[in-house]
Amino acid sequence: MSKILTTEGLPLEKSLKKVEQKNKFRAFLLVLPLLLFLIVAYVWPILNLLTRSVDNRLISDLLPQTAIALANWEGNEMPSEDIYKTFYLDLNEAHKQKLSGKVSTRLNYAKNGFKSLINKTRRKLKNFEDENYKDQFIDLNKKWGDIEYWQAMKVAMPKYTIDKYLGSVDLEKNYSGEIIQKPEKRRIHRTLWYRTFYVALGVTICCLLLAYPIAHLLSTLPLRYSNLLLICVLLPFWTSLLVRTSSWMILLQQQGVLNDILVYFKIVGDKSRLELMYNMTGTFVAMTQILLPFMVLPLYSVMKTIPPSLMRAGSSLGGTPFHSFRKIYFPLTYPGIGAGSLLVFILAIGYYITPALVGGASGTLISNRIAYHMKETLDWSMASAMGTMLLISVLVLYWLYNKILGIDNIKLG
Amino acid sequence: MPQSSNTFVRFEKIDKSYDGKELVVKNLNLDIAEGEFLTLLGPSGSGKTTTLMMLAGFENPTSGEIYLDKKPISSITPHKRGIGMVFQNYALFPHMTVYENLAFPLRVRKIQNDEIENKINKALDMVSLTNFENRMPNQLSGGQQQRVAVARALVFEPKLVLMDEPLGALDKNLRESMQYELKHIHENLGVTIVYVTHDQGEALTMSNRIAVFNDGHIQQLSSPNELYERPTNSFVARFIGENNIINGTIVESDSKQCKVKTDNDEIIHANPVISNNVGDTTSMSLRPERVLINPSAEIPNKFKAKIEEVIYHGDHTRLRVNLLDQNDFILKVPNASNIFSFENGSEVLLGWDSQDCRALDFIGNKKNS
Repeated sequence: MSKILTTEGLPLEKSLKKVEQKNKFRAFLLVLPLLLFLIVAYVWPILNLLTRSVDNRLISDLLPQTAIALANWEGNEMPSEDIYKTFYLDLNEAHKQKLSGKVSTRLNYAKNGFKSLINKTRRKLKNFEDENYKDQFIDLNKKWGDIEYWQAMKVAMPKYTIDKYLGSVDLEKNYSGEIIQKPEKRRIHRTLWYRTFYVALGVTICCLLLAYPIAHLLSTLPLRYSNLLLICVLLPFWTSLLVRTSSWMILLQQQGVLNDILVYFKIVGDKSRLELMYNMTGTFVAMTQILLPFMVLPLYSVMKTIPPSLMRAGSSLGGTPFHSFRKIYFPLTYPGIGAGSLLVFILAIGYYITPALVGGASGTLISNRIAYHMKETLDWSMASAMGTMLLISVLVLYWLYNKILGIDNIKLG
Repeated sequence: MPQSSNTFVRFEKIDKSYDGKELVVKNLNLDIAEGEFLTLLGPSGSGKTTTLMMLAGFENPTSGEIYLDKKPISSITPHKRGIGMVFQNYALFPHMTVYENLAFPLRVRKIQNDEIENKINKALDMVSLTNFENRMPNQLSGGQQQRVAVARALVFEPKLVLMDEPLGALDKNLRESMQYELKHIHENLGVTIVYVTHDQGEALTMSNRIAVFNDGHIQQLSSPNELYERPTNSFVARFIGENNIINGTIVESDSKQCKVKTDNDEIIHANPVISNNVGDTTSMSLRPERVLINPSAEIPNKFKAKIEEVIYHGDHTRLRVNLLDQNDFILKVPNASNIFSFENGSEVLLGWDSQDCRALDFIGNKKNS
């Protein structure tokens, strides 16, 4: 195929590019600030978290020789004198640089008891003699003669590790690198994951059931009533999340409005007031109410585009109202259902404030655990790992949605 | 003629109000014969669509009763009435193929699969859309969608089909060819069709009878030619086709003829349709094509007119002339007989038969709508 030339004899493609380049550059300049903002405020922190979740260099940087020595140790029998010596040298060095606190904190993640063990040991480090480190360590504290501590230290040593991911689903690696279940009393995360998905799914279904009729009403009412109703739906959007959650606390607590009403009408006895808060019920009720607009709006925008004549056509062709609804109206709202459900589910899966305030012990979700690791244990790697898993599950969900329904189908309003 | 066969649909003293203040349909009495093609024609807001919706069951009459095949149907829900309907914007189910759209009414009726296929093929064949089964509605042109809608309304063999301005969204050429197609389908199937439109051309082309609606009333119910040739009131005369209106007062009248004195004291011989009392004011309606140029001696009405404008229309020429001090008087001259040559400003002698000039109710100086 011969190249098309412009009247002036230049290749058409080139001239077009030349003309458009300036416009493209200008357009790019316009989005540049946003792009930079996104990179700084969004992409970079996420990547940072991702690396944090597998980055384990801290401990091997603090105890460099011990890391090498333990890597070569089989782990079946007690470590040799050499390993004790290397560990002494590393720990002493760390202690001199006032970093032994970090060592104890980090090793305590690997096995409880390490913190006190190292804190006790480091004070005595200066009294150590040059020979027989092993005996001196064991004399100091007999835990140093317990192989489990050394095995835990060996497992904690590699520079990069998926331990945190394993930990967040209650698995761990033993000293020989096999992945095993954590001891039963230390399994807490898996329950939280199940509960999180259960709550997110439940809230999504509740939202769908409540929002569908509302959205339908909104789409069929005359404009002035539907606007009023829409404002009612959107009102929660304009109220602070905290205020809404607190008002649920007022309503749901045992001495709260709802219980008072039930007692007043003698539906429940004064002694047996219902526990509606600080448990799963509270989380469900409050989250459903708060996330409801996210379901109503996509449904409404889809339903508004469905001409009423379709249902009339269905009934004129002999379909009962239910049959017409099931075969005509309902399938046409799939894009709205998909969009709303995806939105609510994704928001619910990472919900934090509401479960923290009204969830109590049995109503907390994985996000509360992440916050716990961020603020209480300061195990940011663990928090990152759990956050990453949350992110991945959302992406998987998105991928599934795209596979099944097609993402172009989605309609957010 | 279908009119003579049994009454299939009967509207009896139907009133309809939406807001409790105004009646949209007032005391409607209408009989529709089996196999008839009846058109409800009228301007928007005249109550024709409401009438259709009441028949379909989507609206309930405020009072009165509708009978379908002699059974009252006000309390029957739409899906049990077994009436086919074609909607203004087709109302095809966008998520179903053409086949699924047509299968919907058949599946509801629990018809066997092979029978369904048979019926659908027949229906698609009827609207010349064979091999379109697997298309989605949005892959069809407007005309094709309309055909599918017609096929869907007919595929379950209803005895009555309602059509609510089905051709309104099509362009002019397509609309005309669809008119003929609908007419032929009606003739072949013998199904009763009630058709709503505001397009008089459509109504005249297809219908056995036309009910002209205005202001909630049926103004006239008659066959297309009757409606055009012999409108019984000024609204119908103005609404159907073109016409010239001359106002005047009746000075002499018997049952066959009356003499009307116009505002500028000319006497016109007219056909007394509504007004026949001496002294009544009347608006006379005269079709432009009934005006004769250089009329023969026995024509009673003869007047001189001045040509104001000549408009060439291909198959005919329209003249706007000043007659009886009215300068919007229109007449049509067919172009086949090219015996006259018209020039602006020249004078012609015009005349018309007294039977063509219909003295109707007085409407004053309203212009042709």
